[in-house]
Amino acid sequence: MRRLALAAFAAPALLAQQSALDPAGPDAGAIRALLVFFVVLLGALFLLVVAMTIIPLVRRHRGIDQEPLERTHRPSANTELRLKAVTGVATVATIVILFGLVVLSVSVGKATSSALDRTNSMVVEVTGNQWWWHVQYANDDASRIAVTANEMHIPVGRSVMIRATSNDVIHSFWAPNLQGKRDLFPKHITTEWFQADRPGRFRGQCAEFCGLQHAHMALWVVAEPPAKFESWLAHQLEPSAAPSGDDQKHGQEVFLNNACAMCHTIAGTGAAGQVGPDLTHFGSRLTLAAGTLPNSKGNLAGWIADPQSVKPGNHMATVPIKPEDMQPLIDYLESLR
Amino acid sequence: MSSRCHSDCARSFAVCCLIALMACQREKRDLRPAPAVAVVYGAAAVESDLHPAGKQYRVPQVTNPYEGNAYAISEGQRLFNWYNCSGCHANGGGGMGPPLIKQEWIYGVEPANLFDTIVKGRPNGMPTWGGKIPEYQVWQLVTYVRSMNNLEPKSATPARPDTLEQSSKTIFPKGIAGR
Repeated sequence: MRRLALAAFAAPALLAQQSALDPAGPDAGAIRALLVFFVVLLGALFLLVVAMTIIPLVRRHRGIDQEPLERTHRPSANTELRLKAVTGVATVATIVILFGLVVLSVSVGKATSSALDRTNSMVVEVTGNQWWWHVQYANDDASRIAVTANEMHIPVGRSVMIRATSNDVIHSFWAPNLQGKRDLFPKHITTEWFQADRPGRFRGQCAEFCGLQHAHMALWVVAEPPAKFESWLAHQLEPSAAPSGDDQKHGQEVFLNNACAMCHTIAGTGAAGQVGPDLTHFGSRLTLAAGTLPNSKGNLAGWIADPQSVKPGNHMATVPIKPEDMQPLIDYLESLR
Repeated sequence: MSSRCHSDCARSFAVCCLIALMACQREKRDLRPAPAVAVVYGAAAVESDLHPAGKQYRVPQVTNPYEGNAYAISEGQRLFNWYNCSGCHANGGGGMGPPLIKQEWIYGVEPANLFDTIVKGRPNGMPTWGGKIPEYQVWQLVTYVRSMNNLEPKSATPARPDTLEQSSKTIFPKGIAGR
């Protein structure tokens, strides 16, 4: 029976890379344990209540021979007492269980963020925007602040503090394999601790309705072995790759001479727009348009040519790119690894 | 009595429908604007002629597609900050650039004049934004700048811009010396 219940919980985890039932860290593990406890306990109680309802209906009334209850049957004083005792016990048990669950829930919620070892932690700053995530790695040396978007790499086995805020409306950061939800407020900083215990790619999703494209506001948390993470971070700190070949050089010109440079930054070029995602290492990302599409040349072309059909209402401008300029532009952007 | 009530009901229903329709127009969202390069850049929307004795604006040959559209005004307001118009013009009151809330416009305040000013730039500092800002967004900016001057219909213009605070308490929170 227990194995069956666990199998029911494990099945969705195999299907999705975004699942609270497939924890990859201590926080999510505690939350899942709490969920399993709730479901098993309350499921058992539910079955008990159903049984208590059905059994008396099915059981033949002893000592009464098919008489309508209302007219002739008067429960004896003894029965009344038993009824009172049973309902009393059930009421007290309900109250005790509900309060117990409240205490358990709150204490697990508090414990999830405080149980982590914070001695060797790192700080990642996350800013929500309609409808994408700005991610940067805090550092006392301003020249060593790595900036990326819609993707967060973290080292396995090291606690991470998210320092989060929002540029427009309330968003919520939620990577269910790793942690619980944390809301992002404009002009206010919230924090959240978590840790990944095994490498993997975990999908995160905005969990607070934030406008038209709320559903397409995802990010990927990539947990890597520490050495791999350090080399990734070092690479993110470098300026963008110089275009190689005439095709990519032309693509860079197209980027800089169109509206692209109004909103996006590519470190090492003149593009320094601050209102769209940083594209310095765009080619190395898993997805584009905040987890909406896999990052491929075809998808990128579709996204640039007509962003409003991919994510209607998003703030990426429909920029008139000449057909002959599109391929060089895409080649250049995908070369930014 | 009942027939009169019916006609009253019908009339008020019709009025409601009309208001709803007007609201549709006001709130219409152009989510997939044509990306086409402007045909306006040329002679159609030339700047005003300056004359020693007073100004005469040429009659504009193009119309603003977002005239009276509240969504365009709010988009224009967002872009006004995103594209750093506010860097020089502040929130319309002017800074190192001229104010955008005024009576006398050197280069005209008709939609086509404003479009032309943004696209071509002007002497003494206004950059040339043509090719850097898609045409439909220039129109949104035009609509926003006109709304600041109450040149857009009242139905579309916000009563109070986001940049204006209602009470000084919210501008100067408690604890700031001298306030």
